[in-house]
Order: sequence, then structure tokens, then C-alpha cells
Amino acid sequence: MSETESPEAPAPARREPAWMSLLPTVRMTLLSIAVALAFGAVLIAISDPRVVGADSFGGALKGLGSAIGGSYWALVTGSIGSWAAFVDTLTKAAPLVCAGLGVTLAFRAGLFNIGAQGQLVLGAIFAGYVGFAMDLPVGIHLVVAVIAAGVGGALWGAIPGLLKARTGAHEVITTIMLNYVGGSLLLYLLTNVSAFGRAGQLNPRSRPVDASATFPTIFSIHIGVLLAVVATAVVWWLLERTTLGFQMKAAGANPLASRTAGMNVPRLYMYAMMIAGGLAGLGAAMTVLGQRLSLTTSFAGSLGFDAITVALLGRATPVGTLLAGLLFGALDAGGVQMQAGQGTPIQLTEVIKALIVLFVAAPAAVRGLLRLKGKAPGTTMEAKGWGG
Amino acid sequence: MSTITTERADHPAAAVRDPAEKHRRIKAVVVLTLVLALLIFFALDAKAKTVKYILGERVSQEFPTKELSAGPVAWACVAIVAVALVLAALNLLRKQSVAIPVYFLAGLVFYFGFMIWEFRDQGGAFQAAISNPLPGTIAIATPLILGALAGVMCERAGVINIAIEGQFLVGAFLASVFASLIFSAFAGLVAAVVGGVLVGALLALFAIRYQVNQIVVGVVLVAFASGLTAFLVNQIPASGKGKEYLNQPPILNKVAIPGLSDIPLVGQALFTQTALVYLMYVAIVAVPFVLYQTRWGLRVRSVGEHPQAADTVGIKVNRVRWQAVLAGGGLAGLGGAYFTVGSSGSFDQDISNGQGFIALAAVIMGRWHPVGATLAALFFGFMWNLQNQVGLVGKVPNEFLGAAPYLATIIAVAGFVGRVRPPAADGEPYVKG
Amino acid sequence: MQLEIRGLTKRFGSFTANDSIDLTIEPGEIHCLLGENGAGKSTLMNMLYGLLEPTEGGIFIDGKPAHFLTPADAIKAGIGMVHQHFMLVPVFTVAENVMLGREQLKSFGRLDRKAAAERVRELSSTYKLKVEPESLVESLPVGVQQRVEIIKALANDAEVLILDEPTAVLTPQETDELMEIMRSLKARGTSIIFITHKLREVKAIGDKITVIRRGKVVGTAPPSTSEAELAEMMVGRAVNLTVEKDPHPPGADVLSVKGVTVIDSRGATVVNDVSFTARAGEVLAIAGVQGNGQTELIKTLMGLIKPTAGTVELDGEDISQHGPRRSLEAGIGYIPEDRAHDGYVGSFGVDENLVLDQFRNPEFSSRGILRLDAIARNARKTVEEFDIRTETIKSSLSSLSGGNQQKVVVARELSRPLRVLIASQPTRGVDVGSIEFIHKRIIEERDRGTAVVIVSTELDEVFALADRIAVMCDGRIVDTVSPDIQREEIGLLMAGGGTHE
Repeated sequence: MSETESPEAPAPARREPAWMSLLPTVRMTLLSIAVALAFGAVLIAISDPRVVGADSFGGALKGLGSAIGGSYWALVTGSIGSWAAFVDTLTKAAPLVCAGLGVTLAFRAGLFNIGAQGQLVLGAIFAGYVGFAMDLPVGIHLVVAVIAAGVGGALWGAIPGLLKARTGAHEVITTIMLNYVGGSLLLYLLTNVSAFGRAGQLNPRSRPVDASATFPTIFSIHIGVLLAVVATAVVWWLLERTTLGFQMKAAGANPLASRTAGMNVPRLYMYAMMIAGGLAGLGAAMTVLGQRLSLTTSFAGSLGFDAITVALLGRATPVGTLLAGLLFGALDAGGVQMQAGQGTPIQLTEVIKALIVLFVAAPAAVRGLLRLKGKAPGTTMEAKGWGG
Repeated sequence: MSTITTERADHPAAAVRDPAEKHRRIKAVVVLTLVLALLIFFALDAKAKTVKYILGERVSQEFPTKELSAGPVAWACVAIVAVALVLAALNLLRKQSVAIPVYFLAGLVFYFGFMIWEFRDQGGAFQAAISNPLPGTIAIATPLILGALAGVMCERAGVINIAIEGQFLVGAFLASVFASLIFSAFAGLVAAVVGGVLVGALLALFAIRYQVNQIVVGVVLVAFASGLTAFLVNQIPASGKGKEYLNQPPILNKVAIPGLSDIPLVGQALFTQTALVYLMYVAIVAVPFVLYQTRWGLRVRSVGEHPQAADTVGIKVNRVRWQAVLAGGGLAGLGGAYFTVGSSGSFDQDISNGQGFIALAAVIMGRWHPVGATLAALFFGFMWNLQNQVGLVGKVPNEFLGAAPYLATIIAVAGFVGRVRPPAADGEPYVKG
Repeated sequence: MQLEIRGLTKRFGSFTANDSIDLTIEPGEIHCLLGENGAGKSTLMNMLYGLLEPTEGGIFIDGKPAHFLTPADAIKAGIGMVHQHFMLVPVFTVAENVMLGREQLKSFGRLDRKAAAERVRELSSTYKLKVEPESLVESLPVGVQQRVEIIKALANDAEVLILDEPTAVLTPQETDELMEIMRSLKARGTSIIFITHKLREVKAIGDKITVIRRGKVVGTAPPSTSEAELAEMMVGRAVNLTVEKDPHPPGADVLSVKGVTVIDSRGATVVNDVSFTARAGEVLAIAGVQGNGQTELIKTLMGLIKPTAGTVELDGEDISQHGPRRSLEAGIGYIPEDRAHDGYVGSFGVDENLVLDQFRNPEFSSRGILRLDAIARNARKTVEEFDIRTETIKSSLSSLSGGNQQKVVVARELSRPLRVLIASQPTRGVDVGSIEFIHKRIIEERDRGTAVVIVSTELDEVFALADRIAVMCDGRIVDTVSPDIQREEIGLLMAGGGTHE
């Protein structure tokens, strides 16, 4: 109908440098963050005891100022206010970036990988086992542990990839289920297998990782953080410069055309999910070998879920994912200080994160809220059904 | 026009055997062989011992402990599955009307065999008894069924609903707060519905109005609902007046329906339940009725299958989708009420613990049909209840039983549901023109 | 009723799809709307049916202005439409489809399916439109689905019936039957707007012909006007309906298809024991009505479907089990039937799409790493050579017009040495200029000694290109004939009559 009736030759437009085409995206992202923070402020205002518990209107206003201002200031100082805070931000961001890259890569291959959580868990089990149960020389121990983490995640990622390739089972369902299975497996290992568990504990916790398998630190930043930057570059290179990435993107955008063009789409799904799992596993290595140093049932927290939002905020691009990971890492680090110093629950940052992604995904919503005019940049998150 | 010349023979001859049917048969034989092997193992391991059981949920005056001898019952189970296996191997289970009862029976018998094996020969002073699984299953399945029906409602209209978990959480939270404030569990139910509708409205806004990828919206809404409810519940003082007024709701009473509750074996389980469970029963009947027998249902399904076709006969596609998403939201919100006023009381962070995602799995396992989704949800409820039932005995590690429903889902989605067709326009926003 | 359109205009941004169109449809008239793909016929009808809002101008019924904001308004005013892509819910029954939007209820708000079925039977006997109200639409052949569409419109008491390209999916016999139905509707006072780009049909049935080109009415004509005149009005210049083509002696057998049978996942035999050979330097056209197994046959040739029985031999080697990559590498070029579906990746640039099945070629990659400069160079060269109208070589394919998208696909397949070219509906939905260009390139490829296999449902295209015609019906090749055969004879073969059975 109307689409097929577009004019034959579109009018040539003025050439712009490539970076300028990113400006609308950057603006919309910043606006989304601003709107999300504004919503967060409203939440603080309607729930903080300093506001709702005040005796007078004036008191409430004063409380309002100190509640919102105090909370957000704590968010800033807790994330970049000092070297220690900044290190905390980077440490929290690194695994998010890695796992987020996994989600990004799968997304580009047309797969919605909700399984970062399970892949992290498996990566952690492998890394942890190498870390505390194997006795290897310094240096090699760490390398083997990191590789094991990647392998563990890749294996767990391969399952939904294989199922999708062989039977067409939708990856959203299988990855969600595998997250739970991974959780059960970890719990079983920690409580029933002596190589992992330390008996007689209320909260199951593994033995600590040997010092030889932990990431060394430079200026109190563990070098696993650098790996996240390297991973970003590698994923970018893979997607933009290699035939494998070319095929993955093609399969993600139009699997039928890709198959017709001689690509093995099921195998591409497999590879994409394996690499995605491997990246999540790498994230787990950073957590287990750089941050927590032992396994617990809750070691990953909501990392796997946050990885999805990080990838979405980064618009499924490697560099975007890196930046989004840093932002979320900062929110996580600052949130701790906000809770400790201001009594504002840390879950506020979860709300803000979700809102940022929601607004980034729907630029029209931000434009509507701010009464902005003009065309919004497209998103990489076009609507898709269960079919793929 | 004569139809004779134009109609194509789609199934030319019976000689060409449908390959899908052959696969189905092979799968049935393999599964039944496994079941049979396990049952034989159970029977051999359990011979000449007795097992205690009760017909109620727990021991009481009404339901005293009884004993049965394990051997004969176990071997009877083996015999039944052996018959089913022979039937499947001889390809006598082609008709669904025969196959489904046979498979159901095989499953039931496997359950009995497993339970006998689990509960035989326990050491120690305290002897656990096999309890009636129905009451627990119904209770646990309540939110799952409501959530799955909500999912069916949305997806039949063409909107993917991953946000069931978020609707659970907001429903549970508002139920707790309002029930505490007004001191009425029923007020909690109403608030839960409102909560679910609110999340549904957000889903509709972003999915229908702003046309964002619906899986993305769903995932983000879950994160949002989880963060928001956790934030708010943390702002409520954990004790004292604040807690009493805001997060200490009265819990729904169990009400016995006279007559029905006296039916042996199932009456107590099904008809001495809370109002929420009865509402779930109503939903189980009402959702298929509405979707398949009413004008609105026909329109909902038409916009989920072929929105252009609906538009060209004057149906306002997006309005119908909004209605379906909001209605679904209400159902899921009601399901959320189970976690607070329907069972344990106070709201706690992430209290639904991912069950919304299981409800989503039930939607897909149930092939987007309300009856199928309900049965799938019941299956999950049954498996979780099983975990509770055998938790004390612990022959099989609890973690394995915990993972069983998820593994079952993977197997079902990969092996049996596979390429089942979702509603044709599911997940696609409708743009005119 | 009399329907009048005055100065109707529709703009999409800076693009004018319909420019001040005037049209009057008298009661009981069959009014043909003739125009090529993309001329704006569908836009006009969508405005008439309330699916699009006009930018300017108005619609008048019996002289009174009417405003259609939704199809419901148009239906209420007595306008019915049979869309080119059927507007039927496949998983509903015929009766459910007919009742949708105007449902009758019985007690407790339940749907009155019986009444709906009764209404279908009533209309079906009044207008001789044979159909079973209880059958599922997806199980019906397209011809019957079309009848359901007509019944749906009649059930809404349509006085003006719009038929949008109704014959595209029909056999010549079914087309004749449809024309019979149109005449009987006309006899009962229903006016019909018949949209098509097929000149023959216009002349056979029309009372009045209005020709549209580039969104404008370029004139009206009586049905006695010659085909050449009509074609010139439609395209805007004298059109050479035949393709310049010298006779070319066929060479050796290149592709031999032997006893290929395909059974689909539902157990239906879609390709039934098909055998033929394609020879070097010869165009073999496979003619037939859509949905008679051509799609599956072609996919089998490409290795996209593995045949249940039979072999596909390229230079004597069976390639049927190899998969598309080996087929492509063996020198088979493939222009798929539905380009948006499996011909290109819409979000990829022109440059990337031009190497979509060539990226493994050492020219474009080495050791798994893309050679971006070579890919860009190739794109610049090909865009120039095939006259692909695109802003830049990086522009996404979805931003191009249909004709240029098809040119990208054709260019990709023709810019490498081929043994066999398989082209399925190579000019579907493409403007006349591009059609001529694509046809010319296909014949050039033949003259270079490539074995060419064309699948087309358009008899005009088949006659224009073919050196030999294989007619397919119901999964079989019913006969192979030479292109000097009569149209009527081919029509009979396409409907399954003829030599076999």
C-alpha cells in the first residue's frame, strides 16, 4: 500500500559526519535519564518520612528538599565522589558490562537472551571450582579460572541456542527456565557437595577462592575491569568487521533471507548464544575472582536481569552497553551510600534504571511528557512477536 | 463456480504417513519406557513394606493416618504403565480422546509409584505420611492460573505479556496496603485488581501507543514493579503503627461451601477455600466463555490474529487491545493478591519470586488456550506442592525437585510444544494504512 | 446508489499518492480502475473505505457529502471491499468471519453462530457463491476464500463493491467464474469498482475504464479501446509489451530434476513427481496459478527444502541434499519470489545486501574478516551498472522503492558467473520501467549461456520470456509446451485439464 508507493528517487540529503547522527540518540538518552530521575524524586517525596512525617507544611517542604537533595547527592558522592567510590563504581560496572554485552550480541542475532543470570551462575560455578579446588601456579591459575568461567557460561548459553536451532523452542522461555535450573544447581552444590560447601552454615557459602586465582589490583582497581573494556572492543570488532558478525546480524534481522543466502541460521543462533553465555561467564569471573571471592546463592544478585536493561539502554550496541554499564554501576555504588547515609532504600535505583530504559525504548513517551517536537531517533528494539 | 475442480486434495492418500505423527509415537514410547523402568525400580525397592497415607492435607481427627502395603500397589502401577506402553507401541493412541486419559493415568500412576518409594522405610520416631496433594496444589496454583489466564487474554489480543510478574507484585503490594488500611481482606482483593490494571495500562501504553518491542516493555515493567514495590515496602516501618496500618493485612478466611465440601477425597480440597480461590474457579470458566462465546471475545481473537481484517469490518483494533490488556491485568493483579491477603499476609520484597514467569510459561505450554494454560499452571502447582510434600523425607535432593518443573517446561517447549502457533499478530503493534 | 469522488488528494509527507482525483460510479455499473503497480489505486480505495483519511477533497453519495473516518462508516454507507490480501481471520470459520463486526447475540451475550451460518447460506444461494459456513477459512482454497470475502461484503448490504486486484490469485477458469459473479451482482443493481492492471480483463467486463498514473486520473475510456492504447495511457509512453529476444539455440542439459516429490509438514503432497531439465542458453518458464507447488519446487532446487523423493542434478551431480550454500557456490543464482521475505535484509545497507550471499568470496573477505573497501567498491560499481536509485550505498534497503529493492536482488545474483539462474516472480510489484530492465537482463543472461528457470503466475511474463513452458498444477507438471501455444490452452492446463488425467 502506501509504503510501496514512495517516490522512486529520494532527494539526496546533505552529508554529515557520522558522529553527528548520534546526537539525537544522545539527547534522547540524557532526557530519558532526567525524566527518570524526576520520577524518582516524586517517589522520594511521597514516601520519605522526612516529608510525610513532617508536622507542618513548611517542615514538609524542608524535608522534601533534604530528602531529594540528600538522596541524589549521596548517589553522586557514592559513585564518583572519591577514588574509593569510583573504584566501587567500576567494580560494579565491569560484570554488568560483560553480561550486558552477551545480551547485546544475542539481541543482534535476533535472540532475546533473558538467561544471563543462569549463565553467570554457571560461569561462577566453573570459575569458583577452579579457584578453590584446583591447585595451579600463580598466573596460570587465574587464567584457567577465567577461561573456565567463560566455558561454563558458554555451555549454559548453548542449551537454549541448541533448543532454538533444533526444535524452535523460544529462547525467552528456555532461558528463563534455565535461570531457575542454574540457581537450583548452585544451591545443590553449595549444600550437598563437599568440594564447594563449608558445612554448618545457615547461608550456604563456598570456600574462598585461592589468592592465586583472584584478579590482582592496580590502584585498588582489579584488572578484571580492564577485561570488560577489552570485551567491548572484541564484540564491536566481531559485529562490525567479521563475516561471523555479518551473518549474525543478518540472521537477526531476516533469518529467512539469511538462510536463502546460504547461511546456516540455526548454527548462528548456537554461536551467538554460546558467545553470549561466555561473556556472561566472564562477568561472573569478575564477580567471583575480583569482588566477592566466594560463591553464595545470591552472589549474582540481580546482575543477570540488570544485564538485560544495560543492553537495552545501550541500544544493543557494544559501546552503548559499556556506557550503560558504567551508569548502572554508578547507580549501584551510589545507591549503597544513599541507603546508608540518607535511609532512602537502595531499590530506588532499580526504579530509576527501569524508568530510564523504558523511556529510552519509547522516545515518543519522553517527547510527549516534555512536549518536545521533532522526530525521535529510531531504536534497535522494534516490535517483534514470538516468531523470532 | 464448482468447488470440485478448485479444491485441492490436501491429504491425498493415507499411504503417505504423517511424519509428525510418527515422531509423536516414538516420543510417547520412549517416555513411557522410561516411566516404566523407573516404576519397576520403585516397585523392586519397595516390596513388602508398608507406607502411611492420609486423605487430607495433614493429620487430623477427620483424616487419620492409614497404611497400605507398598508392594502390590507399586506393581499395580507398573502393570498400568506397561499396558499404556503396549498401546502406544501398537499405535492405538492416535485419537486424542483416548490418548489424553491414558497419558494422564500413566502420570498419576507414576506419581503414586514415586511417592510409595519416597515414603517407604523411614527411620526414626517420626513417620511422615503421604498426604493428599490436592489442597496444596490448588492453593499454590491459584496465582499461576490467574496469571496464565491473564497472559492468554493479552496474547489472544496480540499483546505479549511478559509483565505478569510485575502485575503480581503490584497486586500483592496494593492488596496488603489497602487490606491493612481498611482492615478488610476483600478491600485487598479490589486493590490488587486495580494494581494489576495499572501495570496493564503501562504495558498497553508502551506496547500499543508507543509500539515498543513488547518483550522489552514486559521485562522492564517487571524490573520497575519489583523496584517500586521493594522501595515502597522499605519506606514502611518494619514494626509498630506504620507496619500495622500499611503492611499487616487480614488474611482471607477459608469458607466451606455446604454440600460440595463434603464430597469425599476432593470436596475438602476444592471447596473449603478462600474467596480468592473461588474467584479463580470463576475465572477458569469465564475466560474461555468470554473468549469463545461472546462478541467481545470474537473481536479480541480477531485483533490478535488479523488486525487489518478486524479494522476493515469497523472494529477499533487498539481499543479492543487496550480492553483485553486491562482485563488481563486485573486477573493477574488478583493473582498477586494470593501472595499477601490470600496466604501469608505482609508484603515482602519480590514476594512472588518469579512465579509470573512460570505463569508465562504456562501460557505457552497451554498453547495460548485458556484451558491448556490452566492445566499447565495446575501442573506447576502440583510439582511445587510435591516438593513440599516430600521435603521432609528427602530421598531425592530437594534442589532436583525444585528444578523439575523448569526442566519439564524446557522439555515440553522443546519437545512437545515446539513450533506451536501463537496468535498470528501476537507482539505486532497495529498501525493503520 | 451513485458514488462520486471529487478532487480527492492524499499526501504522505512530501509525496503525493493521489492528486485531485475525480470519479463517478453510477448504480449498477462495473467501473474499472486501471493502473500499474504503485499508481495509487490502493490508496484511493483505502480512502474510499475509511482506512485512510483524505488530505483534500470529498466523497459524495447520491450527491450528499460523506465522511468516512473508519471502515465502519464506509460499510454503513453501503460500500464493501474485497482486498487484494484477504481480510479474513484464517483460524475462524466462514460464518465467524462473516459475522465479525456485526455479531448477533442470543441469551447471556452468547454469539448466535447459527443465525450467522444461516445468513451465509442464504447469500450463498442467492448469489450462487458456493461455500460451507462451518469450514475453517485457512482450509479453503484461495478461490473459495475470495467468495467468502464477497459474501462478507454482501452481508453488510454493500451497494458498491470494490474488488482490489481480485484475479491475481485465480486460475483463468476461476477468473471467468468471478466475472460471471460480477455480472450477476450487476444485474441485481450492485455497482462494482474493479481494480486491476490486466488489460484483457478490463476489456472483458468493464462498462467504463478510468486510468490512473502516478496518482492522477489520466483519462477515461470505453471498453472498446485497444490494449495498446490502454497500455500507453497506463504507463505514459508507448510500451513494448514484448521483450527483444533473438532465438538462441539451447545447449547442453545443465539442471536435471528427476522425480522430485515434496511432502510438507502437514502431510500434504505439494510437489508430486516432478521431472524436467533446464538447458544452457534457454529460458524455461514454469507457469501456473499461485500455490500449485511452484514455491516448494523452487525451494527444493535451491536446497532450501529437502525433497521427500527424487534428485536435483547440476551437471550430473545430485545437489538436492546440500543446502543453499553449496547450491549458490555451485553457480546457481536465485531471485526469490518474495524479496522482502527472503531476498534481502531490510535493515542492512545496499552495500551489505549486494554481498549477502557473496561475503565468503575471497574478494569480500579473508579469514573471516570483511574487506569493507572491496564491499564498498562493489556497491558503487553495481549501483551504477544497474541504475539502482539510492541516496548512498549505505542506505538501508527498506528505504528504497520496491523496484529498486528488486534491482538490488537481481544485481546481486547477476553480477557473478552463473550456471543456472532461478528467478521466481522476478517482476512482481515492480514498475514497468524496472520490468523492462529486469527482463532485458534475464535474456542477456540466457544469451551468455546460462540455463534460466523462471517461475511466474503472469502469463504475459511467461510468454515474453520463455523458450519453453512447463505448466504446473496441483504439484505436478501437467505438460511442457512451446510458447506459441494459445492462451486458452495454457489456461486449461493451469486449471489441471489437458494431457494428464
